[in-house]
Amino acid sequence: MSGTKKETGFTFTIDGVEITAYAGQTIMEAADEAGVYIPRLCDHEGLRHQGSCRVCTVKAGGRSVAACTQPAAPGQAVENETPRLTKMRRDLVEMLFHEGNHLCPICEASGNCELQAMAYRLDMTEATRFPYLEPCRALDASHPDIALDTNRCISCGRCIRASQDVDGKGIFGYVGRGIHRRVAVNGENLADTDAEVTDHAISAEVCPVGCIIRKRVGFAVPIGEREFDHGLIGHDIEEKRK
Amino acid sequence: MDNGQKTGNGISTAICGTAPVSAEEIDAICAQFGNDKHRMLDILREVQDRYRCIAPATMDHIAAATGLTRIEVEGVASFYSFLSLTPKGRVTIRLCDDIVDRFSGLSEVACAFEDELGLKVGETSNDGAFSLEYTPCIGMCDQAPAAMVNDIVLTKLTPETARSAAQALKAGRSPEQLISDRFEALTPSERALHMVDNNIRHAGEVLLGPVPEDAGLAKAATITPTQIISAIEESGLRGCGGAGFTTGRKWRFAASERAEKHFVICNADEGEPGTFKDRVLLTERPHLLIEGMTIAARAVGAREGILYLRGEYVYLRELLLQVLEERRWRGLLGKDILGVKGFDFDIRLQLGAGAYICGEEGALISSCEGLPGEPKTRPPFPVNRGYLGYPTVVNNVETFCHAARILDKGAAWFNAMGMEGSHGTKLFSVCGDCLNPGIYELPYGHTVWELLAMVGGEDAAAVQVGGPSGTMIARDSFHRKLTFDDLATGGAIIVFNGERNVLEIVEYYMSFFVHESCGYCTPCRVGNVFLQKAIQKFRKGLANPEDIDYLKDLSGTIIETSRCGLGMTSPNPVLTTLKNFPLVYSAVIKPSKDGIRDTFDIQSAIDGARKIAKRRSYIFDKDFTQ
Repeated sequence: MSGTKKETGFTFTIDGVEITAYAGQTIMEAADEAGVYIPRLCDHEGLRHQGSCRVCTVKAGGRSVAACTQPAAPGQAVENETPRLTKMRRDLVEMLFHEGNHLCPICEASGNCELQAMAYRLDMTEATRFPYLEPCRALDASHPDIALDTNRCISCGRCIRASQDVDGKGIFGYVGRGIHRRVAVNGENLADTDAEVTDHAISAEVCPVGCIIRKRVGFAVPIGEREFDHGLIGHDIEEKRK
Repeated sequence: MDNGQKTGNGISTAICGTAPVSAEEIDAICAQFGNDKHRMLDILREVQDRYRCIAPATMDHIAAATGLTRIEVEGVASFYSFLSLTPKGRVTIRLCDDIVDRFSGLSEVACAFEDELGLKVGETSNDGAFSLEYTPCIGMCDQAPAAMVNDIVLTKLTPETARSAAQALKAGRSPEQLISDRFEALTPSERALHMVDNNIRHAGEVLLGPVPEDAGLAKAATITPTQIISAIEESGLRGCGGAGFTTGRKWRFAASERAEKHFVICNADEGEPGTFKDRVLLTERPHLLIEGMTIAARAVGAREGILYLRGEYVYLRELLLQVLEERRWRGLLGKDILGVKGFDFDIRLQLGAGAYICGEEGALISSCEGLPGEPKTRPPFPVNRGYLGYPTVVNNVETFCHAARILDKGAAWFNAMGMEGSHGTKLFSVCGDCLNPGIYELPYGHTVWELLAMVGGEDAAAVQVGGPSGTMIARDSFHRKLTFDDLATGGAIIVFNGERNVLEIVEYYMSFFVHESCGYCTPCRVGNVFLQKAIQKFRKGLANPEDIDYLKDLSGTIIETSRCGLGMTSPNPVLTTLKNFPLVYSAVIKPSKDGIRDTFDIQSAIDGARKIAKRRSYIFDKDFTQ
């Protein structure tokens, strides 16, 4: 690494495609710039990398690493879209479906949902082998403008980081451990916090699923005209290469 | 399954049953720890000990005093098993629920406690006097069944001793009085030895034989840090906690990192079920441990150290505090150690609060920082940026003890013991179905047969080497050697005879990993639950031949995508038994007759609908007309 200059960067490959990266960049950051999409759910532009969903797992130097947190290394051959990795990512997405209650046909986020879109992208079409955990978590509709249905939460923590780092508020946080770990709010309920519907943490782009719900704006865009009705998740990044 | 409603936050109705806690008292506790958010675990432990509960209002006060948000405090309070958001009894009895305890009569002991206290396991009495609960391995497998009663430990329990303990507690005796009427008059060391036998069955040359006081430290004080590191490197010493990283390299990396401060942390969070070797070193060789930490501090240039003691070993707290105090007084800790100008080093004791994951290096550092015990993203590695962002050496108790001995006796002396790649001696904590459970210090390289002959376990049918995250082997593998390159172990050797049900053991170990996963990453948090459920299918006789492939496939995903060592090893009980005990699985599987999975239970599937509709099903309830 010592021979490369910071300004000029270095190269490595993802599935044989040569990528330029700069010192300190993660594999995913460099890939995004180069127009190579690595699937991800917990990572989101403008937020700290967390590396928790593991959907961005790639093989680098023979090891499995999270592309969102692993620094790119000169000359490294990274595997991204191999059958094995796609299969494991599908398993992870399926785990997230089964951990919560994700009933797409009745969910307002359908069509805009990254979990759903990722399932399509990864071809999650076979009958499931996993059991459903069917949680029963209370709906928090206390706030005048926002509702929270954590049965649909995938613990990506994007709202936590957005609220802490962008809004400077800290409305959300993780509580509990293991399978009981989940996102909770800084108070008795959402109305007890200083959450506002204008917060970045509450915006449509931060919550990838239908957990954070803005009241009175549901179904404004009809099914069929929603974000992922226009293309697979990741197409915006992949189009940079075309 | 309980789906995690226990952590309150909006749905918590329970409030500390006792008198409301005054804000001044909470403020005083926070002030005692400098209102430092990095001491959150100490603050919360203190609040829990004093008020038996960390109530929502209390969290608000703690948050205000330490400059955090309440949700951040709740994140810590809800992470550790020994902290509770709902009131616990003034006396909390934690029965060790390890598989070895289960095979040693735990259920009868639990019944005796339940009976005498009028409580079920998991309950707290209405008057707030008692809580009775299960807890994973407390490091007493050589004297199971065991239990913690507040901060004291009861071992070798029988239904009779359990009954008399419960009666005494009900009669108002303190947990300490269960150990001795003159408990207060005993020294910390005597107290520990009254509670727990150390069962040293074989003392080796390095650690448990005669050890001169501080000879290694005296040597280290006369040579340069570089020479210390070279000696450790030449000795071939590798980490004794399980991972086996070369100790000298770790020290060299940390020493070469330029930073304002360096830290040395001792990992005394031995939580791998069946492991209790560090318990014995902490009791019998505490000075050697601190000596080793002090040598490491000189090697890497650290002035501050932390001894992270698992919450289950709280009974050793006074003993260790006394050792630290004595060493300060003798000039072996503090400023200008042994009169060497600028050789300054001191250690604080950090107690854990019931979380196996904190044995993971990054999680242990998180815990020391007052955070939930979640592993950290690597890189950066702790030797580069660890505790509070400073270069940090984290080593196991046994590793530090070895280091001190190496400095005294020389690298060549240590290197000559054991085998190529596995030098020196190792402490093995042996338990389960054998005549002489306890500690054996042996050079690396003995076969499992040889060890079994020593411990009186020749009729073993299975041996779990390295605890649940290690390997379970059958008799056809007992010729294998206990080394890093063959059968690696952090020390745990659990012996099972032919009467034990391998699938029961596997299911227990999976339930342990489910309980102890931190929940940060998807595969470990969710995948292990699926794995546990799949093993339950086998135990219930509902598994199909395809389920064998499912176990392997799911295990593969968990291992390859997990973020830390817990998830990378948690499927091992399943995988190693599939490999070494295939008949155990094939004996209980049966192909489905009609292609429909036996696990699909129509009755439980429609049960919710039945309750909502308040009527039975026309199709599936045979007795509908009745």
